[in-house]
Amino acid sequence: MSVNGLAFDYPSRPVLRNINFSICNGTFLAVLGVNGAGKSTLLKCINRVLKPRVGTVLIQKEEVAKLSRRELAKRIGYVAQRREQLNTTVFDAVLLGRKPYIQWEASSKDLETARKALSILELEEYSLRYFDELSGGEQQKVMIARALAQEPDLLLLDEPTSNLDLKNQMEVLKIIKKIVAAGRIAAVVSMHDLNLAIRFADKFILLKNGEIFAAGGLEVMTPENIEKVYSTPVKIMEVDSIPVVVPV
Amino acid sequence: MVVTDTSDYKRFTGRKKAVLALLAVLVVVAFAVAINTGSIKLSLYEVIQAIVSGGNGVSDLVIWRIRLPRITAAIVAGAGLSVAGCVMQNTLRNPLASPSTLGIANAAAFGANLAIIVFGAGSIQSTSTDAVIINNPYLVTVLAFVCSMLATVVILLLARLRNFTPEAMVLAGVALSSLFAAGTILIQYFAQDYQIAAAVFWTFGDLGRIAWPEVAILAVLVTISFIYFMFRRWDYNALDSGEETAKSLGVNVERVRQFGMLVSSLITAVAVSFLGIIGFIGLVGPHIMRRIIGGDHRYLIPASAMIGSLLLLVSDTLARTMAAPVVLPVGAITSFFGAPLFLYLLIRGYQRR
Repeated sequence: MSVNGLAFDYPSRPVLRNINFSICNGTFLAVLGVNGAGKSTLLKCINRVLKPRVGTVLIQKEEVAKLSRRELAKRIGYVAQRREQLNTTVFDAVLLGRKPYIQWEASSKDLETARKALSILELEEYSLRYFDELSGGEQQKVMIARALAQEPDLLLLDEPTSNLDLKNQMEVLKIIKKIVAAGRIAAVVSMHDLNLAIRFADKFILLKNGEIFAAGGLEVMTPENIEKVYSTPVKIMEVDSIPVVVPV
Repeated sequence: MVVTDTSDYKRFTGRKKAVLALLAVLVVVAFAVAINTGSIKLSLYEVIQAIVSGGNGVSDLVIWRIRLPRITAAIVAGAGLSVAGCVMQNTLRNPLASPSTLGIANAAAFGANLAIIVFGAGSIQSTSTDAVIINNPYLVTVLAFVCSMLATVVILLLARLRNFTPEAMVLAGVALSSLFAAGTILIQYFAQDYQIAAAVFWTFGDLGRIAWPEVAILAVLVTISFIYFMFRRWDYNALDSGEETAKSLGVNVERVRQFGMLVSSLITAVAVSFLGIIGFIGLVGPHIMRRIIGGDHRYLIPASAMIGSLLLLVSDTLARTMAAPVVLPVGAITSFFGAPLFLYLLIRGYQRR
């Protein structure tokens, strides 16, 4: 997947300017930056939930702007930051990920794919529970399972761990890491928690005022860069050889 | 329950299909009761004979001219209004949405008032069981329809400017609703007593004023709309997950909303123009079924249609029999019996689904 010269404006102000990057399958890319830096907007521009003002997004060498929504939905799975409460079972919620493939009714292959997505997220036992009866962490996993049921090449996850407790944060990110490490798909994940980002992501984009401030591997996550992006002085320490970002 | 294959899920959806089948049976039973109910007593044999082969003069007249059009209208209009409410609640993301939310019913009432009072299409006749007659029903129907479509077009145009956001559509509907209500009040303020009586009588909603040609128009419209809604059922499910998620699942959100509103408004406009205002079914029908079978539109759309048919048919049969030979206004009966049923389900909560 590559993004070339992307820019997006809201009527009142420009949000993203001159965004360029590319990632290959098997990459976990963390998009970092302060609130309002344009993280969510960037994700939405990639799968055309928002229409970028200029610039192109290519996925497997196809231009996203030229694909129909249905074709796009077969290539990019997206989990929004905001979750709606659903009056359906977990299985139905995940089966919805098969929507781009379903013509009239879900085939047995669709059911099987949804079931597999549930089992990847270890949600089998919740299958026939109602979505709105689950905890926030469980609901988030259901949403990720739904995105996986789309059998995408790319996952876009908008702050998947916000509002989750420590255990669920770790679980969700471990699962994403595992899926990506299997090598077939890439993930672009907007995140707030720098420690989790450093721990799980392979590549990083630091957004500042709608532009890429720094991009690359772990080497860009220096105290200097972080301080410039977040306007907060930090130190990076190691606890049991795990890097930890500490504001000072 | 651990799902190691999809058979448990299939059993689960099988239960929903069983609910649909049960509803269908109930509609058939209600139909059978309704066709055998009326001031002229016919034996079951006469009824069946009249339906199948025409019967004798009286039974033929009673069945084919009076009861069947009325019953068919109840089934078709009930299904149409309820399914329109179901889709409106989805596209407007508002549990209070119903065919009357967008001001369509008020607009139709305004049109009917215009026809009856300004263009003199109504008068009073004290000898009939129905104290009021409408001299020129076609004018009333046409003006009611024109006004309700006007309201629909205005809302859709306004909504287009705001990208079909639910808030914009609901607020525009509320504004139009009170605009037409105010217009109706002004017309009535300068009207004669008998004209007001006729106009108020019109708004009550009555299945008796419909004949086969109108039933046919309504039936064709409701059938086509139902098929369209069924084609869109996965889109409506996706919309329940939020606008952005729906887009990411390949749904053309604006177009689905636009057509959903247009088609359900059309059903409402035609039904209200022919029958007068029959409230509550469009609101309560889908909610009853949501509480029984959940929010999956694959089952919710047909279930809403059938519960609508059932509610309106049962209400109309009660309206015909409770104070016979006086026929009570069916619009009031639907609310009178629908509301307690709905409250019961509301209190009992989400236990079954």
